[in-house]
Amino acid sequence: MGLTEENVRHVAELAHLDLADEEVRKFQPQLDAILAYVQKLNELDTSNVPPMAQVLSPAKATPPLRPDQMAECLPRELALANAPEQSAGFFKTPSVLERE
Amino acid sequence: MDLTDLTAEGIRQALVSRQSSAEEVCQAHLKRIEEKNGEIGAFLTVCTERALEQAQNVDRAIAEGRALPPLAGVPVAVKDVLVTRGVRTTCASRILENYVPPYHATAVERLEAAGAVVLGKTNCDEFAMGSSTENSAFLPTRNPIDAERVPGGSSGGSAAAVGAHLAPIALGSDTGGSIRQPAAFCGVVGMMGTYGRVSRYGLVAFASSLDHVGPFARSVTDAARVLKVIAGRDSADSTSADVPVPDYEALLAGEISGLKVGVPREYFEGLSAETGDNIERGIRMLGELGCRIESITLPHTAYSIACYYIIATAEASSNLARYDGVRYGFRASSYEGLRDMYKKTRDAGFGAEVKRRIMLGTYVLSSGYYDAYYRKAQQVRALIARDFLNAFEKVDVIVTPVSPMPAFKLGERLDDPLQMYLADIYTVNASLAGIPGVSVPCGRTRTAPHLPIGMQILAPHFGEVRMLQVARAFEKAGGFELAG
Repeated sequence: MGLTEENVRHVAELAHLDLADEEVRKFQPQLDAILAYVQKLNELDTSNVPPMAQVLSPAKATPPLRPDQMAECLPRELALANAPEQSAGFFKTPSVLERE
Repeated sequence: MDLTDLTAEGIRQALVSRQSSAEEVCQAHLKRIEEKNGEIGAFLTVCTERALEQAQNVDRAIAEGRALPPLAGVPVAVKDVLVTRGVRTTCASRILENYVPPYHATAVERLEAAGAVVLGKTNCDEFAMGSSTENSAFLPTRNPIDAERVPGGSSGGSAAAVGAHLAPIALGSDTGGSIRQPAAFCGVVGMMGTYGRVSRYGLVAFASSLDHVGPFARSVTDAARVLKVIAGRDSADSTSADVPVPDYEALLAGEISGLKVGVPREYFEGLSAETGDNIERGIRMLGELGCRIESITLPHTAYSIACYYIIATAEASSNLARYDGVRYGFRASSYEGLRDMYKKTRDAGFGAEVKRRIMLGTYVLSSGYYDAYYRKAQQVRALIARDFLNAFEKVDVIVTPVSPMPAFKLGERLDDPLQMYLADIYTVNASLAGIPGVSVPCGRTRTAPHLPIGMQILAPHFGEVRMLQVARAFEKAGGFELAG
């Protein structure tokens, strides 16, 4: 079960990357080799192992919640300062609904 | 006295005794950056005026007789993945080439509150993805010991800056070895604490369950001092640990005689002969210091690279979805509609390694593959973490090489990403387990250019005190300069 160029194009679409043909050709064997390598994990029987979803050592787990209080936040002009395009205090994007 | 040869403690003494001013210390480092940075490429941004102002503030505090905070007037280099208020932060990526953050990372905030003077921002692999700093979108950094060679990565600029005396201390980030490996390649001390020991707030996210902020220094004492300043609970990072921060520096002299040092046999396969020889000499020296050396096993070591590259890329693909040309960063100049804008922006803004990892991460999380890859990797991660828990029931610390070989030549490994990944074999395990690790110099190769070799010391969760005590005892006994 190898990774095809078509698979690469599909993943690029999911990842919002407009890969050029030469990039697809370059990535296909590289990704295929890496995916073949990571199959190594299937040598291990993990049927009774719960997945490790958090890293904090169990004995020292941090309380996850802080008090829900009002606090200062970033002023609007600073939040917008790095935007490629802004208008009337908002981030501006190309039109979301594409014309047919 | 050359002010750029001083450690943080040396700088403090020079300031307290009024031998030098903070401004002179800052100027000396800025001058050295001006002389050397062209050749080494450690800094992407140097903030001369800002640094001098901060140094002058320290001098005023001294003149007024105020108590000096622990890093007063100590210049620091900051990896360009930590956001700095008003100072461009690029992540060495075109997509953030002109990004000027409106806030400071917590680690930077704490360093400045402790009197440190930020000299500038250092080069790295784009978004910290790489092991050589060759993946920077702007320039490669060169190893200060041999300009033909890489400084390691991804925090190569910070390691090179400290190694070349452009700064006495630096901040880096470590996801799978990105502090420890460049510290080893450049012959300096580099460490990451337990996951959650240092707040990640303001560290541009790569893989959130693996990312750490940590120091580089030229002595264990300086690293301990920086760690104390930056560690501790931060309400802005819910994963930062609410665990008291010990005075690492004051505790450094603790007795290490009688400690049990574990040597995992899996870490001595496939490494260069000289690396193996030096680490074995380092371990013998720990034995001479009274440690009991014990052979141990970490049976799932061989699976760590596969496990790491699934988890890290999955998290990266999700974290890097935010770069869409809307709120900050680069936007492509021509496109047809919103979706095309995203795709063209991201394709033009990211470099090859970042795209490769986004693609891998997207693939392993995609419908139908999640269980086979991501869930499987999380299960193996649990096994790797369990290996360490079991080992630390028998030993106090674990000692290993940092990298299978010393610094390699620029360009030597660029064509084969999998080979580059495999060289992270000794560092990713601790990252997956969430335990702390420090890389200390442990001799050099015999022939010119006498490349440094790094020894890694690992400790259980929140075992930084003991880990640094072993590192300090090794340094003091002459281990850094081990002779064949």
